[in-house]
Parts: sequence; C-alpha cells; structure tokens
Amino acid sequence: MTEAEVIRFIYREARLLDEKRWDEWYALFTEDGHYWVPLTRDQPDAEFHTSLAYEDRLLLRLRIERLRRRPPSQHPESWSQHVLQAPEIEASGVDGWLTRTPFHYAEARGDEMQSHSGVVRHHLVEIDGKPRIRLKRVNLLNCDAALPSIQLFL
Amino acid sequence: MNGYRDDPARIAALVRDDAVHRDAYIDPEIFRLEMERVWARAWIYVGHTSQVPDPGDYITADIATEPVLMIRQPDGGVRVLRNRCAHKGAKLVADRSGNTGRFLRCPYHNWSYRTDGTLAAIPLRQGYDGTGLECSEAVRGLRPVASAVYRGLVFARLSQDGPGFEEWFGAALSSIDYMADRSPAGEMQIAGGVLRYMHDSNWKFFVENLNDTMHPMAAHESSAGTAKELWADQPANAPKPMAIEQLVPFAGSYEFFDKMGVRVFENGHSWSGVHFSIHSAYAAVPEYEAAMIAAHGEARAKDILGTVRHNTVYYPSLTIKGAIQTIRVVRPVAVDKTLIESWSFRLKGAPDIFFQRNVTYNRLINSPMSVVGHDDQQCYRLLQEGLAAGGNEWVNLQRDHHPEEHGAADLTVNGTSEISMRNQFRVWARLMGTP
Repeated sequence: MTEAEVIRFIYREARLLDEKRWDEWYALFTEDGHYWVPLTRDQPDAEFHTSLAYEDRLLLRLRIERLRRRPPSQHPESWSQHVLQAPEIEASGVDGWLTRTPFHYAEARGDEMQSHSGVVRHHLVEIDGKPRIRLKRVNLLNCDAALPSIQLFL
Repeated sequence: MNGYRDDPARIAALVRDDAVHRDAYIDPEIFRLEMERVWARAWIYVGHTSQVPDPGDYITADIATEPVLMIRQPDGGVRVLRNRCAHKGAKLVADRSGNTGRFLRCPYHNWSYRTDGTLAAIPLRQGYDGTGLECSEAVRGLRPVASAVYRGLVFARLSQDGPGFEEWFGAALSSIDYMADRSPAGEMQIAGGVLRYMHDSNWKFFVENLNDTMHPMAAHESSAGTAKELWADQPANAPKPMAIEQLVPFAGSYEFFDKMGVRVFENGHSWSGVHFSIHSAYAAVPEYEAAMIAAHGEARAKDILGTVRHNTVYYPSLTIKGAIQTIRVVRPVAVDKTLIESWSFRLKGAPDIFFQRNVTYNRLINSPMSVVGHDDQQCYRLLQEGLAAGGNEWVNLQRDHHPEEHGAADLTVNGTSEISMRNQFRVWARLMGTP
C-alpha cells in the first residue's frame, strides 16, 4: 500500500460518513476495530476513564441501525461535513500506518449548526491488500467543554 | 404577563394535585424565583471530598446559577465559599479545579484571602485609612455558604435560613449509604472524568425523567430495542459484552418497570427500583462478594448487594445510581438551559471490573454522544417547544394519582406511577409560595 493510497483512504472514510454510506464505512473497520472520542487530552485508555464515545463493531452497528430507524432525535435529521487538512503519515511498518489529520467538523440539524475542530488519528492495517481501520481516535479540541448532542460520527 | 414575585396566590395556582401549569417550565420569572426560593433553600450537591485531597485544593461550580468554590482547609475540613472577590466582585477562581496554596488572590487588584475566606491582605492598605473600611462588606472577605458532608458528598445551602441537612433529605439518604457501602472499605473516590452535557431545556424535565419509567420503551426503543435485536441471535450462554448487559434492560416491558416500584419522601426525594431494577442482572463477581461479607457481615453484605435502586433523586440537584456508582448533577443555567454533569466513583477495595462498568455505563448513557441521551434530550426539547402552544396550559401528571398519597411522608407505590413528579411539585409549591 502506498502513501498516496493511505491518504486517499482517509479522505474517502470522511466522505462515506458525510454521505451516510454507513455500511461501507462500517466495513472499513477490522474485526477488533474501535472508534474512540476521548474525554480528555492525552487520555491513556478508554477502560478506566470515561470517553465521549468508545465503540467496537457491535456498538457501531447499533449506532448505525438506530440512525436508520430515525429515532426521536433524528427529527429533523442531522447532516455532517468533515473538512480535512492533508493527512500526515507519522509512522509505518509491520503494524501498519499511524496518521494524523487535523479536521473541522460541522453537524447541521434543522435551523442549527454546531462545529468542532480537532485531530483525528488513524491506525490503519492492511488486510487482503486493502487498508482497514484498527483505531480511529478523534481528539476534539473542546473535549472538556459542555457539549450539545453530537449525533453523527466525527 | 409577569408578576409572580409578589403574588403568592398566583404561584399557588400553578400546581394542582395532578397537573402543573406550563409557566413552571417556560416562564423566565419563575426560573429566577426557583433559584431564590427552591434552589437557594435546598441542599445542593457541590462535589466530593476526594476531588480536593490536599489543603488548598479546590473545585468550582455554579449552584443555583451562583459561582461557588469548594476548598480543602489546612485542618482537613472542606468549606464552600462564594467565588467572588469582596472588593469589586470579580470571580476569584476561574479554573474548574486546582490548588491555590495558602491564599486565594484576586487577579485584578491582588486582594488576598485565606482558604477559610477571611481577608488576608490588601495592597497599599493605608489608602483605606479613615474610610471606615472596617464597617464595609468588603472587609468581611469571602462569604461562606452552609455546607454538609455525607459519605464524602458535599452539599451547600446558599440561603442563611432553611432546613437542616438531615431534615431536608431524611430517610432518602440511605441510597448514598448503599452506594458507598458497596466498597468493602466503605469509601468512594471520584474518578474517570466528568461528562458535561448541555441540555436546551428546563432543569425539571431532566429531574422528573429520572423516575419516569413510562418513557424508556418509547424514547429508547431505537437504542435499547436495537441492542436487544443485535444480541438476539446469540446463544443464551454466550458471554455478554458490558454494553449489551447495560443497554438491553432499557428495553424492559411496562410490567417490568411497573413492578420495580417507586418510593417517595418528603421534600421531593424519591427512588425507583424499590424491588429490582435494570441493574439487577449484572454478572456476579464471587471474590468481591466474599470481600463484602468479610467487611460488612453476611446479612448487611447481602442487603447492600441486593439493593439495586434505579435512580434516586436528591431534590433538586443530584441524582444517583448506587448500584453502578454514577451520579448526575443538575446545574440550571436558564429557564431553557441546563448543564448535566455525570461523574463516576471508584469503590475503594473493589475489583477493577466495577469501575470499568461505571465508566462504560456513564459513557453509554450520559455522554453528549450517547444514543440513549440523544433521545432523552430531544424529548425534553420537544416539551420545551411544545409548551409554547396555547389551548391547553396544563401538564398532566395524573397517572396513578390517588388522594391518599397527599401528606404521606414515605410511600411506596407501583413503578409507573407519576407520583414522584407530583411529589416534587408539592415541595416546589411550598417553597415557591414562601417569599
């Protein structure tokens, strides 16, 4: 897998979310993959510290199925837009790729829009010749702020 | 139309035995009066002593919309002070937590105070010679607030006058004991961070929802119901992930929630889950149970572990889940804005799995990214917006209303009754009607 392929993958991942192609997005994760939004800067783990989100495939599936059912909080429906800075590859080797991508995220719902910034760190591995997400860690700039409902995927 | 402040009869007319007028939730003047008459007179949760272990350690909070700080004293005690410089009124401490050393110093003019709030020094003090400063409010330093500590939980009462701490909470305090006594050492520590979730709705919608057992099967069908379906294909003996163990019970039946029971006390306090709860079926941990029996004796240990209350409401500011050692703290901001803080405790002497459960539960249920929380918050918001509609100015609280419940100081009824909400409004009306 080339550096260009890794970077293309990260852009595509965000695009799948914004287009609500959740099944395709879900398929990007490894069996043991996690989506993690820590509650504090430099949070070491998600087991002994609360996180804003820490989801394995089961919980991601739950989130996706729930959104499909248009629960009460999805009236009106939410829409997201990720704006990514060019990803940097921080490390690569037998364990895969570690990347760092500053982002801006907007989530719109009805007349309201919230926006957040931060850095997303991907740990990608190659499975059957394709990149897969072992960990997507989203470090929100305002992780310790009083936040409103954030309903879609950062 | 305004003018509740000087019209007790008009306030009294807001609360019927089985209904409440919408102004209780949407009128800004009522909100202001609530802060003065209900929140300032009640005992409000500030924080836990484990957050301020050393002298000079402090945390800050806004209780009843007023800034306070809780600070550890050199003698080991904890005080709650108004977070306001006695000089021009600047908030003294801006961080949410920290250590101030021996003195609190105002960043604006360097007035400084001891950790007990007394004035220590003023720069260029001779400038006040002959001005009568000794008679001013300023010389009296930071005004202390009445405070009480119960099992490490610190409460404060802003008003000089009001009920005593034990008098206010009475027998409802047992839920805090049952939570703390789940530690073989009888001690808890705040740990694992705080989730801060801003709700664009009145504080009472949140507090009422804690013992509203008729909403999960509607509002949480999409989350708990989906969790149940996702797990349905698994064999019965498959080890349940914590998330499944915690989310699926929210999809319990009406019968389940009804049989759970709800118990109400004077002054608005209550708990649901008198007989069992959504926390009853968590996997047992035998070595912990042995440690509990060693620490508390067999009878008390069984009593503690068999007590799995759902939510206990310490009216109006605190709700706790003793069985899972998480608390939710209500910080009203405006008539239609409420900050909910969710904290977890670590039980001293208990295996790690309990703390992992608490942290997981807190994240799954109380996070601004929670699939459960989103639908609660949406429902509160729909209430806030819907009550703007004319034609019917009354919020109905009639489910299982029976006249004999009036005046009862301690009553247990079926779990789906709306008695806890009626009970909250009884103390609300009494305090709001007293100027």
